[in-house]
Order: sequence, then structure tokens, then C-alpha cells
Amino acid sequence: MPSATFDIFMIGVGGQGIGLLSEALLRAFDHAGTPVRGVDTHGLAQRGGTVTSHLRVGPDTYSPLVREGHADLVIALERHEAMRGLQTHLRAGGQLVYYDAEWQPLPVRLQKQPRLTPEELAAEAERRKARLHRVFVDTLPDPRMQNVAVMAWLVRNRVLPGLEPNHLESALRDLLDGPVLTRNLELFATLLR
Amino acid sequence: MKRLADVLLSPAPGAEIVMGNTALVRAMIEAGVRVVTSYPGSPTPEIADAIRALPAARCPFHFEFSTNEKVATEVAFGASVNGHLACVFFKSVGLNVAADTFVQLGLMNLIGGLVVVLGDDPGANSSQNEQDNRHLARLACLPVFEPASPTEAFTMFKTAAALARSERTAVVLRLTTHVCHAKEKVAFGAWETPAFDDTPRFSPENGPYIPITSLVFPMKRQALERLQRIAASPDHQTWTTLSSHGNKRRGIITAGLPYLSLLEVFHEAREWPDILKLGMVHPLPRSPILDFLRSHEEVKVLEELDDFLELQIKAVAFEHRLPVRIIGKTCFDDWVGEYTPDQTARVLARAWPDLLPPLPPPPAVTVPARPAQLCPGCGHRSAFQAIKAALPPAAITVADIGCHTLGFLPPYGIGQVLLCMGHSCGTAAGLSLFQKDRPVVAFLGDSTFFHAGLPGIINALYNHHDFTLIVMENGTTAMTGHQDHPGSGRNFREPVDAIPIRRVLEGLGVKTILETDTYQQARLTDLVRQALATPGFKVVIARHPCMLKFTREQARQGKPRLPAVHLSDACDQQKVCISGFACPTFQFTPEGRVTVQQDLCIGDGSCRQVCPRQAIQPTKKGGA
Ligand SMILES: Cc1ncc(C[n+]2csc(CCOP(=O)(O)OP(=O)(O)O)c2C)c(N)n1
Repeated sequence: MPSATFDIFMIGVGGQGIGLLSEALLRAFDHAGTPVRGVDTHGLAQRGGTVTSHLRVGPDTYSPLVREGHADLVIALERHEAMRGLQTHLRAGGQLVYYDAEWQPLPVRLQKQPRLTPEELAAEAERRKARLHRVFVDTLPDPRMQNVAVMAWLVRNRVLPGLEPNHLESALRDLLDGPVLTRNLELFATLLR
Repeated sequence: MKRLADVLLSPAPGAEIVMGNTALVRAMIEAGVRVVTSYPGSPTPEIADAIRALPAARCPFHFEFSTNEKVATEVAFGASVNGHLACVFFKSVGLNVAADTFVQLGLMNLIGGLVVVLGDDPGANSSQNEQDNRHLARLACLPVFEPASPTEAFTMFKTAAALARSERTAVVLRLTTHVCHAKEKVAFGAWETPAFDDTPRFSPENGPYIPITSLVFPMKRQALERLQRIAASPDHQTWTTLSSHGNKRRGIITAGLPYLSLLEVFHEAREWPDILKLGMVHPLPRSPILDFLRSHEEVKVLEELDDFLELQIKAVAFEHRLPVRIIGKTCFDDWVGEYTPDQTARVLARAWPDLLPPLPPPPAVTVPARPAQLCPGCGHRSAFQAIKAALPPAAITVADIGCHTLGFLPPYGIGQVLLCMGHSCGTAAGLSLFQKDRPVVAFLGDSTFFHAGLPGIINALYNHHDFTLIVMENGTTAMTGHQDHPGSGRNFREPVDAIPIRRVLEGLGVKTILETDTYQQARLTDLVRQALATPGFKVVIARHPCMLKFTREQARQGKPRLPAVHLSDACDQQKVCISGFACPTFQFTPEGRVTVQQDLCIGDGSCRQVCPRQAIQPTKKGGA
């Protein structure tokens, strides 16, 4: 069990499945015997707005919220939101892992502001000395499985302290069943290889 | 899959990672609550989600979504004066609707006890204001507990229930958004299926229950005595925690979630003030507060939203002529927003600039904002598209609460003024007085129609007001997570006869009622034009089932989604689909051309009629 606190800030767009991602990580840490707490966005923002999840791993936490500029890891499910998470919550030298979906925000679609390119995101990460990892799987059977693709990447690259694949599998078994569970476990296993 | 019902109904004690709202349901079960009522509103609907996980036959209490918060409170009250332990829960502003009932509760002898769970929303995450309901609880002479975490929500609910029962009163459990939604491992107690005695115990002898003129005074006295008794009870001390860091100079009095934010900020503090954390914020535990004020030179009152504790604590110091310097709110920034750890650090730095290392400025965000928006396929979007075409530029549009409120955003700009649920017809009536130049159009969702909409409609008829009401009927209470309502054909447990909005309006005597599915955009435009040309009060019912609810149900049944639409060669990039209709599905390629975001499109095709070139085409299974 790591003694220091490991703060994870997750960010995406309402409808992308941040809830499942954060619930799975929360339970995975619990299966690994690590104390953990957190909080998700519910309510209005779930209708296509920015949604976030905070996860605080370790024995020495009180608030469920990750402080601005304190996250060791930012996980984003969308490119613009990756930039937002980087700018609001990642600490200097932290790690940003994002699924490169592009769901353009309203001001972009109304041509009030430009869309964000992967290059601009990379430049900002570099400027902030953040380690940046892009995840993208072009063979996903369903966009709702982008979160599982990210989970697999995180476990395979040992980004989550103390977590083994079986912890996440157990978490997914806690949360899903039937064909949905089977499909997600299969994808998880494939991406781990 | 872990079954939530097994966790919530387990007879053995255990620990589980749950959110505050879920922990409350286990607390209700352990406390022996018999009747639970609610009206949906963030941050509380997940309490009902957890209740839904309990099979009807095994749920130890009656649960209902009532028509609105006032009725919900009355149902819980009625159950309580009949001897049942009852609970009602709703969001912050729900208390305004319930207020007429709520303020009477302190006068009554609630033989079964009642816990009122309030979900306040500092930070206005999902609300039209960030009101501080401690004021209303004080007005109603009711005690208030304020938990900081899911664990405390669980334990304090049980304490509140026991107190409500022993004092035969209502007790308020005031939660805030991030207490409701925080998740942590909560240790549950043991529970045995109770043998409820359902004998109706209501008797006027237990009263008085009729507060009229001079009868009010003894009832009010009783309420004040009860508060005094609770304030002086030895239990009150146990709800208050003193964390002494041996700091004679500085102390902090706080409660609820700001307490956890404070502990978080202490990681980097140069000095640790002593902390007095209150579990009950009304009535105040005077003697520990007095001791704390006496033993410190400076005391900061750290409280979110209003200066509720501050004023009372200053009064205590004044009465006792204490020399302590009490630091409350220092500027408006202290009054606004949630006391997250970051905000707490800023508040503390304003009180004691030397306490913390210099704080970084709030982060600068360069990426475009992403407001909530109507979902792909939403019938409200088709409605706005069609209605906009019918409205003269001078029209005044009155929004109401629900998903359709989002019509105020560009590019629709429909809905220019909003107070609260059900205000639209009243406000529209006022806007229509003394003028014929600017047609007034009010909007109302179907859940809101029953909740608070009817009095405004009846008033429009009764007083001959001249405006158009558009009922945005999507068959559900969509914004708060698809709860049923009296017009949807189900209650929380079972199918029921829907109360048809059209027939209600007919029964009231509305002469002009026009109706269409919103996907028939041209027809809706026509109907709105027709309504605008008709004098008096007229209604257009703009129907389409909530497509988010629909697609989720399809997914649950394992049915595949319809393939996304595609753009044919006829597309000449007029961009009406994106700049006018603005379904999130349409966005730009790096080269600036319109494209269809495949993840988002649900294949509904409601966009097809907006394209001047008929370039938006359905896609057959397996490709274009
Ligand atoms: C007094 C009050 N209670 C509850 C809410 C929470 N609330 C926000 S939107 C909404 C849904 C209204 O449903 P409906 O009128 O059917 O509109 P829809 O969201 O379905 O478009 C509710 C209940 C509130 N804002 N005010």
C-alpha cells in the first residue's frame, strides 16, 4: 500500500461513461486493500457538459475533492477536456492520460472559438512538464467502451499504484453483468496483451 | 455483479464503498423508517435510485415520489402523526415549495418522528441559486444536523431519527452536494427485519394539531422549549468535536464539508489552529462554544454560504463580554460558492494571511467552456427549431425549469427569463399586461405542469391573460434522471392511469389546445403561428419522448443503436445543422467542413428536415 496520497482527477463529457471509470477504479483500489475516497459530478452537467470525478488514494485524505494543481494523474476521455484537466488539476510533473475522442464544445461548433488540436495539447503538456499519453483504439466495438480502453492502458503501464489487472477485473465484475460484462472483460483482456 | 439490495438489506453489519445518498438508505432501514417521500432534485435523486434497488416486497418502507415537495412533506407528516417514523428528502429550493407546510412542523407533536433530508447546493452545481436552508430550519424551530461525509450522513441520520422519535418532532439533516455524492467505505450496523406495528395512532389528544389564533402560542412555546431542551442536552456535547492542537491564539469553528476541506488545507499550514466542529448547527451547543471562545484570542468561523453561525457566535461573545476577536465573513467572496479545499484556503488566507504559504492564482483555462446541452435527438431541440421560426423578433419567451431551460443557450436563445419551477405562466401573465406589441410565450415541462404549473395556468384562465403556453411534454422528469410523474403512466412502483395533460387543460376550460410531435417541425411552426394569432390564453403541447431515456432503455434491452446519419454529396456546407440546429453530433473537420460525430448520433434523423439541400441521410445497417 503506498503511504503517500495519490490523487486522480478524471474529466470528460456527460454521456461518456466517466461514472463507470471512476467507480471501477475506486473499487479496484478497494480490492487492492488501499483506502480510497472520491466524488463524481451528478446532475445538470451530465447532459453533455463537462463532468469530473475525483479519486483520492491513500490513508491520509479527508476531502473527497482533489485540489487544483495537485493531481498526480489526470485521466480524460476527450481532447478538449484533457486540456481543461491539465490546466486546472494536474500538478507539475504529473501524468495526463487521455482518450483522443473529439466532442467539440458549443463555442467551437458555433465558430466562436477554435477547436483544440492534439499538437496544441502536446505543447501545453510539454510547457507544464507533464507526461502525456494519448490512447486511441480504432477497433472499438462501441464508443461506450472508451473508458475500458483507458483502464486497460493504465493497468498495462502500471500507472495506478498497487493495482493489478485482477483488481480491475474484480471491480468490473462488481459493477456489470451479462453480455456487457463479458464484452468489457474481453476488451480489457485483449488490450492488456 | 454486486447487488445493492443485498448490501442495503444485509442483516449482518458490514462495510461497503457507497456514496452519501446510498448510505442514507441503509440508515433509513436500520432506523426503522416506515414512510419515505420525495420530489426529485439534485443532489438527492440518487437516494431514490438506491431505494429502487430494493425489491418492492423486501423494502421495509413505503416510498413515493409525490407531486411536489410540499405534498411530499405533508404525506410524511401525516404518516408521522399516525405513529410512523417518516422521512422526506428533496433539494435545496424544494424547501421553498414545501415551506408553508415545513414551517408548521415545529408546532406539532409528531408522535412517529420525522427526518427532513435537505440537499443544499453550495456552488449551484444544479440549482438556480445557492440558498442556505439553515435559515428556514431556524424559522421553523427545528434542529439541524450537518454531516461532513457519507459516514457521518449515515450515523447522523440514525441520530436524527432517534431524536425525532424521542422528541416527537421533525429533525433536519442538511446535506450538501459533495456530501450526497462523496464515496467512501461506510461501516453499517446490524439490522433485523422489523415487526412494524401499523396501528393508526392518530388522535387529537396527542395534539393540539389545529394552530388557530391563540392556540398558536402554547404550540410555539412548546417548540421553543424543545429547542432549549435539545441545546442543553448532554447528547449535544457528543455531536461536537474539539480537536486541540494546543493553540491558545487561534481557533476555528466549523461544520459539515468545510471541516474536511480545512483538514486538507492543514497539510500545508504553518500553524494548526484548534478546531471546534459542530455536528448540530441549530440550536448551537452554547457551552462548548463559550469554552472555545474563552480559550482563544482569535476565532475564525469557517462556514459555507451565509453567516448563520457567525452571528449567533458573535452574540454569545457579546453577551459574555468576551475579549476574543471573532472573524466571520471578510468580503463577498466568502459568501459565494462551495468551500472546496481550494476555496477554503483562500478564505483562511483572507482571515490570517500568515497561516498558509502564498496561494497560486486560480488556474487559467484557455479551452472553450462546455455548458450542458440538449442531447442528440432531444425533442426539445426540434421544438426550439420550429418555434423559433414562428416567433417575431420582439417576442418575449419565458423559460421554466427542466431540460428545456437549455433553450436559452445559443443558437436558440429561447427562454429569456427564469425564476423557479412553475413560474412561467404567472410571469408571462405579468409580461402580457398593457401591451399587444410583443407576444409572450411561456414554456413548461410536463413534470413541472403537475408540480407547480397548474396554479399559473388556472390564473391565466381566471383572469383572462393573453399569452401562449408551450408544454414541452417528454413523458418524464428528464433533467433529474427520468423519474416518473403523474402524466407518465407509472408511479415509483407500478403502472397507473396517466393523467393526460390535454384533458386536464380541457377540463379547466382552455379553448385553444394545439398538439403535435416536435419532430414534425413544420407543423409545430404552424401551430405556434396559429396560437399567436389567437387572442387569450392558448396552449401548444409539443410532445416527443425523452430520447436519452429511450436510447438507454434500448441499450438495456441489448438492442443496437440506429446507425448515425451521414452527409451526402448534396451537402454544400451551408452549416444550418450546426449553426442553427446545433445537435452536438454535427461538428467540424480539421479543414472546417461539417461532419457527423459517430459516437454521438443516435440515428434519430430529427435533423434531416433542417437541411436546405436534403443532404442528411439515414444510414442503412452496415454502412452508407
Ligand atoms: C422546487 C424544485 N424542485 C426540484 C427541482 C429540480 N428540477 C430541476 S429540472 C427538473 C425537471 C423538471 O421536469 P420537467 O418539467 O418534466 O422537464 P424536463 O426536464 O423533462 O424537460 C427538476 C425536478 C427544482 N429546480 N426546483
